[in-house]
Amino acid sequence: MITKADVEHVALLGRLYLSEEEKERYTDQLNAILEYAQMLQKLDTENVPPTAHALPMQNVFREDCAGDCLTNEEVLSNAPEREEEYFKVPKII
Amino acid sequence: MQLYQMTAHELHRLLVKKEVSAVEIAKSVYDRTDDLERKINAYITLTKEKAMRQAEAVDAKIAAGEAIAPLSGIPVAVKDNICTKDVRTTCASKILHNFVPPYNATVMEKLEANQAVLLGKTNMDEFAMGSSTENSAYFVTKNPWNIERVTGGSSGGSAAVIAAGEAVCSLGSDTGGSIRQPAALCGVVGMKPTYGAVSRYGLVAFASSLDQIGPFTRDVADCAIMLNAICGYDPKDSTSAKVGVPDYTSFLINDVKGLKIGVPKEYMAEGIEPEVRKAIEAAIEKFIELGAEVEETVLPHTDYALPTYYIIAPAEASSNLARYDGVRYGHRTEEPENIVDMFMRTRSEGFGEEVKRRIMLGTYALSAGYYDAYYLKALKVRTLIMQDLERAFAKYDVLLSPTTPSVAFKMGEKIDSPIQMYLSDICTLSANLAGIPAMSLPAGFVGNLPVGMQLMGKPFDEGMLLRFAYTFEQNTDFHKRLPLL
Repeated sequence: MITKADVEHVALLGRLYLSEEEKERYTDQLNAILEYAQMLQKLDTENVPPTAHALPMQNVFREDCAGDCLTNEEVLSNAPEREEEYFKVPKII
Repeated sequence: MQLYQMTAHELHRLLVKKEVSAVEIAKSVYDRTDDLERKINAYITLTKEKAMRQAEAVDAKIAAGEAIAPLSGIPVAVKDNICTKDVRTTCASKILHNFVPPYNATVMEKLEANQAVLLGKTNMDEFAMGSSTENSAYFVTKNPWNIERVTGGSSGGSAAVIAAGEAVCSLGSDTGGSIRQPAALCGVVGMKPTYGAVSRYGLVAFASSLDQIGPFTRDVADCAIMLNAICGYDPKDSTSAKVGVPDYTSFLINDVKGLKIGVPKEYMAEGIEPEVRKAIEAAIEKFIELGAEVEETVLPHTDYALPTYYIIAPAEASSNLARYDGVRYGHRTEEPENIVDMFMRTRSEGFGEEVKRRIMLGTYALSAGYYDAYYLKALKVRTLIMQDLERAFAKYDVLLSPTTPSVAFKMGEKIDSPIQMYLSDICTLSANLAGIPAMSLPAGFVGNLPVGMQLMGKPFDEGMLLRFAYTFEQNTDFHKRLPLL
């Protein structure tokens, strides 16, 4: 059972501010969805390996050689705020 | 018949014979779009100037006597979560309202190499999260067959433009049914290729182990032509498969005699509207008449696909969507107090309700103490679902089912109930969990609303799906019916 406090904790982990109304709504809806997901617990998966990926792929390597890449100007072209060749953000330290 | 109603292969024939020009085709489709967009609302961005330049280039090539590719001069629309260089790509989200990619997705490079004409970017559920295109942050796309009904989703815009004559072919993405479900509800052909068959480079990630780009078309031949253009290994996508790419048009064979169809009984059970089931039963009869062998089969873990998907997809999404923080691109909140406040306000302002709900769900499922109970459990059940399918494909060439449990539903009908909305993907989720190819094609009508038939196949056996679909299409007329607009 998810409580409003759980919702507040998860919202902080997910870096979301929620209004009081959203907290109430998500508490109800997440409970409904997770209650539905409880049906998975009925299955015995003791000896079943997990599948994270449908293709049988292991490590994917390539030759370590330089190719074309975006220019600094292109990379910075969508920056909400920049200074010279940097993305600018509020003071961190 | 108008140019905007024709298929890519018909238009190609006319172009090669110099009976029409690429500019005339593009104009026809844009005129149609001008007439209809106020009603349908399928496009977020139109790229008319660029399109006309592309069309002129094709005409110049034809005039010079050079050979052209099957998609040259063909107007194509692209879902707005596929990056287009110098063309705004919003994912139908406010958080990317101003994002202009400095690069092309690999599929866009491939379309441009084929000289396809990019018409514009189509509406969708925000970040591809939804089954009705009602979750777009901009507007809702209307179903061309009945504008009070949804198009399905999340690639609703890309499906609607094909049905309405606002594009000839289009691209969508399919994470849990987002190509097949809207294709079914809009009465067009839609294919989700095998995971890894099409590069995901430049597709804005939703759930990386499930996402796959695929085409919407008016008929099966066009589907094969689009696959020829977009499939293939890409070193820029580490999950792209190193397998040979066949000529998909070689599978356009009007014959399924002796081939085996499995009909999973779980996909024909209660929950499927009786009228939809009737249409699919008639399609099965058609295949029997055409010489295919049909048997009922079982996929015992089908009921678990929905809860499995709705743990795995949000978990992957919550991780993928961490990148929207207001630092490098997209929306940034004004005058934040500090960096964390910037992250939180940017995200809360930028994301819509369904996206927040899935971030919350996914973050919870991955958080300390719940990882094993939800996420790991879901990954194990994913294995069981895949094993069901492997067992079935040891016996059958394709699996046949409805694509959706109902025809297009009314706008607003399911938007307040996440689980009701999620249930509209019940027939399509397993193919994504297993990574197998699946397609939807028109297979009947309930009243004036189209019914979609889903065909699922073995990994990298898109050709078999095309063969079944082509045979069905050559012996039926459902794909020829047009909405009255």
